[in-house]
Amino acid sequence: MTAATHVPDSRRGDAEGGQRSPVLSARGLVKTFGRVVGLDGVDLDLFPGEVLAVIGDNGAGKSTLIKCLTGALTPDAGQLLLEGRPAQFKRPQDAREAGIETVYQTLAVAPALDIASNLFLGREKRRAGLLGSVFRILDQKGMRQEATQALSDLGIGTLQNVAQAVETLSGGQRQAVAVARAAAFGSKVIVLDEPTAALGVKESNQVLRMIEEVRSRGLPVILISHNMPQVFEVADRIHIQRLGRCAGVVTPASHTMPEVVGIMTGATTLAETPGRPVG
Amino acid sequence: MTTTTPPTTAAQQFALRRQSPLQRVQHLLHAHPAISPFLVLVISFVVFSALNPRFASPNSLSLVLQQVAVIGALAVGQTLIILTAGIDLSVGAVAILAMMVSAKMAEGQGLPGPLAILLAIVIGTAAGALNGALVTRLKLPPFIVTLGTLSVFTALGLLYSSGQSVQATDIPSVLSWTGESFRVGEFRITTGVVMVVILYLGVGFALSRTAWGRHVYAVGDDKEASRLAGIRVDRVLLSVYTVAGAIYGVTAWILIGRAGAASPNAITDANLESITAVVIGGTSLFGGRGAVLGTLLGALIVGFFRSGLSLAGVDDQYRVLAVGLLVILAVAVDQWIRKVRS
Repeated sequence: MTAATHVPDSRRGDAEGGQRSPVLSARGLVKTFGRVVGLDGVDLDLFPGEVLAVIGDNGAGKSTLIKCLTGALTPDAGQLLLEGRPAQFKRPQDAREAGIETVYQTLAVAPALDIASNLFLGREKRRAGLLGSVFRILDQKGMRQEATQALSDLGIGTLQNVAQAVETLSGGQRQAVAVARAAAFGSKVIVLDEPTAALGVKESNQVLRMIEEVRSRGLPVILISHNMPQVFEVADRIHIQRLGRCAGVVTPASHTMPEVVGIMTGATTLAETPGRPVG
Repeated sequence: MTTTTPPTTAAQQFALRRQSPLQRVQHLLHAHPAISPFLVLVISFVVFSALNPRFASPNSLSLVLQQVAVIGALAVGQTLIILTAGIDLSVGAVAILAMMVSAKMAEGQGLPGPLAILLAIVIGTAAGALNGALVTRLKLPPFIVTLGTLSVFTALGLLYSSGQSVQATDIPSVLSWTGESFRVGEFRITTGVVMVVILYLGVGFALSRTAWGRHVYAVGDDKEASRLAGIRVDRVLLSVYTVAGAIYGVTAWILIGRAGAASPNAITDANLESITAVVIGGTSLFGGRGAVLGTLLGALIVGFFRSGLSLAGVDDQYRVLAVGLLVILAVAVDQWIRKVRS
C-alpha cells in the first residue's frame, strides 16, 4: 500500500503544471491574535480531485489556516478565491453554503441526537406540502433513508441503525458520521482537521478509505494531519506550514518522509532539499 | 438482529455477551427516559389509593389536576430553557408581573378582557425576550440573568399593584374564564386544565417534529458543535426564552382563573416548583436530554404526593421531604443513564 499505487501521476502533473484552475485559492492570508502571529501571509491552491495535505508542527498555523478557509475565523488580510471568484466567509455557515464542508477536530456532533439527525443538523429536511412549509414538520423517514444511503455510499456498513444516538458510538464511528455528513453535503471542497488523531489503526484506515472514496467522486479534500505515513498514503500534494508561513509544497513522489519532516521542523529548507524531479 | 459471521475474537464475544438485567434497564431508560417518572407516578397512585381510597376518587383527582395546572404550565417553559442547559428563576415573577399589569389595567382603566389577556401574553413575551437578550447578547449565565430579573420583575409587580390583590369579580369575566369547569363523566375539568394540555401537546410537537425542536436539543447538547454545524445558536436561545415568556403570559391567565383573584403574592416558589417538575420528569439539567411528557409526569407526581399524603393524614412537611428526595433520585438516575455506551 504505497502512495504511488492509487494516484495516477498524470493528475499530479496537471496540478503541478497549473493547467487546471484551482477550486479554492488563498492569497496572502494574515491572521493575528493580539501579538501572536497565526498566519503570516499564506498562499494555498486546491485543485479539483486532489487530496492536499496540510502538515506542520504545533503552532505552525495549520488550524488557523483551516479556520480561515472555512469561515470559523476571518483573516485580517489576504484574499480567498472560490472557483476564481473572490469569497468572504464571516461564519461557518457562509462557507458551507458556498460548498465547503469541514470536519472539525472536535467532531461537531451532538451526542444525544441520533445519526440521521446529526447528518442533517442545521439543514433538516421538511415534509412536502403544507405540513412542511406551514407546520414545519420534519421528514424523518426521508432523512433516515438518505442517511443510510450516505453511510453505505462511503462503505460504512457497520452503522446499520441511523436512529441510534451518536453517544452510543465509538470514536471511529462518530468520525465516520462526521465525514459522511461532509461528504454528503460538500459540493466543492471537503476539509478534514486531524480526522484520525483519536482513532485506532483499523478505524484510521477506514477514514483513509473514505477520503479516497470522496476523491474518486472528483471532490478535492484538504487533510490536516500529524501522521506522516497517512499523509504519504493518501495525499497528492503536501503543503508544509512552518511558523505561520508556507515552507513549501511538495509531493510524496518528489520528497521522502524524512525530507518533509526536515522542512517542517526547520532542519532544512525546500531550497536546500529540492527533491527528485517528478515525471 | 442478524449475525452473518460467528464471533471470532474475545472482544467480539464480549460485545455479544448477555447483558445483566441492570444494564438492560439502563439501556431501556436511555432510550425512553419517560419510563422512570411514569413508574413513580403509577406506584404513587397505587400506594396513595391503598392508604386512602378517596385519593382515587374523581373528585380528588380533578382537584389534583387543577392544583397542578399553574406549575405544570410554567414547567413547559422551564423545560424548554433547561433543554438548552439554561435555567429560569424568574418564571413565577414574569407570570405575576403579567398578571398584575393586565388585571390592574382591566380593573382601573377598564381595558376590555380580551385585550387584557393579550397584554399579559405580550408582557410575558417581552420579559422572556429580555432574559434571552441578556443571555445571548451580554453572554451572562442564565442563572445570574434570571436571578436578577426574578427580583426586578417581582418588585415591578408589587410596585405596579401597590401590593394589592385584584378580585376576579372586579375584572372582566373572560380573565377568570380559565377557572370555569365542566363535567367529563365523574371528573370536573377546568378550561385552564384543557389549556395546559394544549400547551404540552403544542410544545411537545414542536420539540419532536420540527427543525427548531431539533436545534433546541442540539444547542443544549453541545453549543460549539451546533455552531459549527451551522445552527444560529443565539437565535435559537433567544427564541427559547421568548417562547417560554409567552407561555408564562398564558399561565398568568390560567392563574387568575385558578386563584379567583390576581394576587402579587401568589406562587412565590414557582421557580423551584417548576424546576422540580422538570427534573423529576427526567429532563437533564445539563441540557439536550428530556421531553415535555416527562415534565407533565413530574408535575403530576408532585400533585399526587401533595394530595395523597394529606389524605393519608400526614404532616405536609413529609411531602416537602419526599419531593426533595425524589429530586435527588431523579438527578442520580439521569447521571447513571448518561453513562450508557453500546
